[in-house]
Amino acid sequence: MQLKTNNQSILQKIAPFIGLILIIVIITILNPGFLSVSNLMNVLRQVSINALIAFGMTFVILTGGIDLSVGATLALTGAVSAGMMASGVDPIFAMLLGLLLGAVLGAINGIIIAKGKVAPFIATLATMTIYRGLTLVYTDGRPISGLGDSLTFQMLGKGYFLGIPIPVVTMIVSFAILYFILKKTTFGRRVYAVGGNEEASILSGINADRIKIYVYSLLGLLAALASLILTSRLNSAQPTAGEMFELDAIAAVVLGGTSLTGGRGWIVGTLIGALIIGVLNNGLNLIGVPSFFQQVVKGAVILLAVLLDRKKTA
Amino acid sequence: MIRMTDISKSFSGNKVLKNVHFALEKGEIHALMGENGAGKSTLMKVMSGIYTRDSGMIEVKGEKVHFTSPKQAEKAGIAVIHQELNILPHLSIADNLFLGREETIGRTGILKTKQMEKKTRQILLDLGLDINPADPASSLSVGKQQILEIAKALSVDAEVIIMDEPTAALTDREIDNLFKTIRDLQKRGVSFIYISHRMEEIFSLCDRITILRDGEFVGERKISETSFDEIVQMMVGRELGERYPERKSTIGEIKLAVKGLSRKNCFEDISFELRRGEVLSIAGLMGAGRTEVAQSLFGYKKLDSGTIEFDGKQVRIDTPKKAKEMGIGYVTEDRKSEGLVVDFTVEENVSMTNFAAISKNGLISKDRERQLYDTMVKRLGIRTSGPDQAAKSLSGGNQQKVVIAKWLGIEPKLLILDEPTRGVDVGAKKEIYSIINELAERGVAILMISSELPEVIGMADRVLVMHEGKITADLAKNEMTQERIMHFATGGGKLAVEDQ
Repeated sequence: MQLKTNNQSILQKIAPFIGLILIIVIITILNPGFLSVSNLMNVLRQVSINALIAFGMTFVILTGGIDLSVGATLALTGAVSAGMMASGVDPIFAMLLGLLLGAVLGAINGIIIAKGKVAPFIATLATMTIYRGLTLVYTDGRPISGLGDSLTFQMLGKGYFLGIPIPVVTMIVSFAILYFILKKTTFGRRVYAVGGNEEASILSGINADRIKIYVYSLLGLLAALASLILTSRLNSAQPTAGEMFELDAIAAVVLGGTSLTGGRGWIVGTLIGALIIGVLNNGLNLIGVPSFFQQVVKGAVILLAVLLDRKKTA
Repeated sequence: MIRMTDISKSFSGNKVLKNVHFALEKGEIHALMGENGAGKSTLMKVMSGIYTRDSGMIEVKGEKVHFTSPKQAEKAGIAVIHQELNILPHLSIADNLFLGREETIGRTGILKTKQMEKKTRQILLDLGLDINPADPASSLSVGKQQILEIAKALSVDAEVIIMDEPTAALTDREIDNLFKTIRDLQKRGVSFIYISHRMEEIFSLCDRITILRDGEFVGERKISETSFDEIVQMMVGRELGERYPERKSTIGEIKLAVKGLSRKNCFEDISFELRRGEVLSIAGLMGAGRTEVAQSLFGYKKLDSGTIEFDGKQVRIDTPKKAKEMGIGYVTEDRKSEGLVVDFTVEENVSMTNFAAISKNGLISKDRERQLYDTMVKRLGIRTSGPDQAAKSLSGGNQQKVVIAKWLGIEPKLLILDEPTRGVDVGAKKEIYSIINELAERGVAILMISSELPEVIGMADRVLVMHEGKITADLAKNEMTQERIMHFATGGGKLAVEDQ
């Protein structure tokens, strides 16, 4: 209700949802196996990692920013947590430290952008390279395995809760919390305000720098959470993990109708955007589209969605 | 020249123009007036092909036309100069003038720069502007940029030039210059449609006036046969009464005392006192440093030196947040870029400064937010379709009230208003004056920056005049005259006071 008029018309808001249904219908016609419970669970599990990052990216993009370093953040936090677990550190402690590291790496982005007044694209392009480089230094370019058999850690990526994969549960819980934050808290409102008009926000007594640092930290934290899920599922940390994840996350946000110029958008759209990408990945496989060609289709769908969105706003 | 008959236009079921008439003679300067939201801009957009009409007829030089794009209107000789100028600041003056129709060697795309610069120089000289055409357009003052815009219009053979609030950002001298240019062109047969809220200008410049109200045609008058009062009455549809409402406030103890405030290249050695219930105005020309003083008092720009005492205690205000917590509000000069988040709803805009009042532990209370909105809408008479209306779709006057509403919520002790009635129609202006009076009567100290001298004289208890970053005069109510303020604003010496 609240952010209704400030964003888009109803039609624009449900457009991504209609797109998702359309894609599901087409894929189901071509291969009814898509709708089986086991496959749907599979899709959701695959979606969860991108969705978590995309949720954080929504906050960043709402402030008018962008973060290219999330993939590298994911790799570095995964490697550090895995490294600690492999060397016998308490797994829960190692995971918490990984999350903290993610938040710190995000905060560094935020500080460079807010205090150093560096354009977010450039700032995070640089930290992307640095974080990826640090990952390679730390892992010596090799995967880290032998992470022990801590139940908590193993459950994170592979477990089930009431028949639902834990990563999916994590995604849903995170979504609910973040939705609430964006919609009901002063912090959420300030995120929109800073993205909508930074100068007016500052002149209204809002500490815009702090808001920016918080959103990048939040994104770093969520990237670290995604990295723990990924590390648990693979039972190892890869130095090349998370490459191009930033682009999938940005694509999910944009597919969901959030404006790259900031101030307009919503996180429900991002969830749908992530689902569209996940369903495409899975569905194109199911209907036998050659894997190289899948990328072409994915790109074309994103382009089409954004072009349609353009039409409506114009 | 142009005749528009029975023009109607609706947006999503909302009729914004209802059977409007408008007729423009060749070589006349025709004013178009009406309150914000009366349909002036829409009518002009219909004329210039930005919007297509729903019904009615447009004739240009006796021929029926149906423009579907601005290009077609331009071909028919109709050019529009918008309030926000269409100048590319980094390109040279000549590049701006020839933008989109550059002269090239054959069809190669290689520019004949020298030739274009020479022509630019001649064209602008004709309009009384002696400049180097190779300089970047940003080196021109806003007034000269206006004239460059006129030159652009003329160079595509415009016979009708529509000007929307051209003087809003000009100094008096620039306005004189602009009017001279307009009158010269009038003699050459160019017609002007002149949209403005400034009554004085319309009486000194225009030949005829058409008045719209709520999307309807109210009347057309010859300027020589009408009066200020008649026009105001036609615009608002009722007697407006006194332009500046009376204030019954008692001026109390000192609220704010500043000494020796300086900021490099902006202002220096600014000292003054402001009391409870007092309306202190800062007058001066554009660029005199008035806004910068306000921004520094509000913690938005840093001070190099000087002290600020608030309630008798020395304070440091280094962020707007701190200023707000102390009870200082700042209604900014430019409401769209500094005052509002235009994509936000009215309610969300009002809330922006008032999170403390509408939230608990970081959670926004929907009820309290709505309560605040309701209170403010009632108190300020903001006309909205509801709390969910986007701020961008409000009229200028109502937008300004929303910006004021943001600050009333914090119950300010000191309210800084920077050009509070710029681009606001007469009706809303008077309402804003009443709000200022009501605040002063409640003991709020008011610092009002204004470029409109009648407003300064009508509203202020005292006026500080600034010139090139320095205070050149501090005049009490009985010492204020337009001439005297202008004298100090343009850098005249102290002597003048004793002369009179």
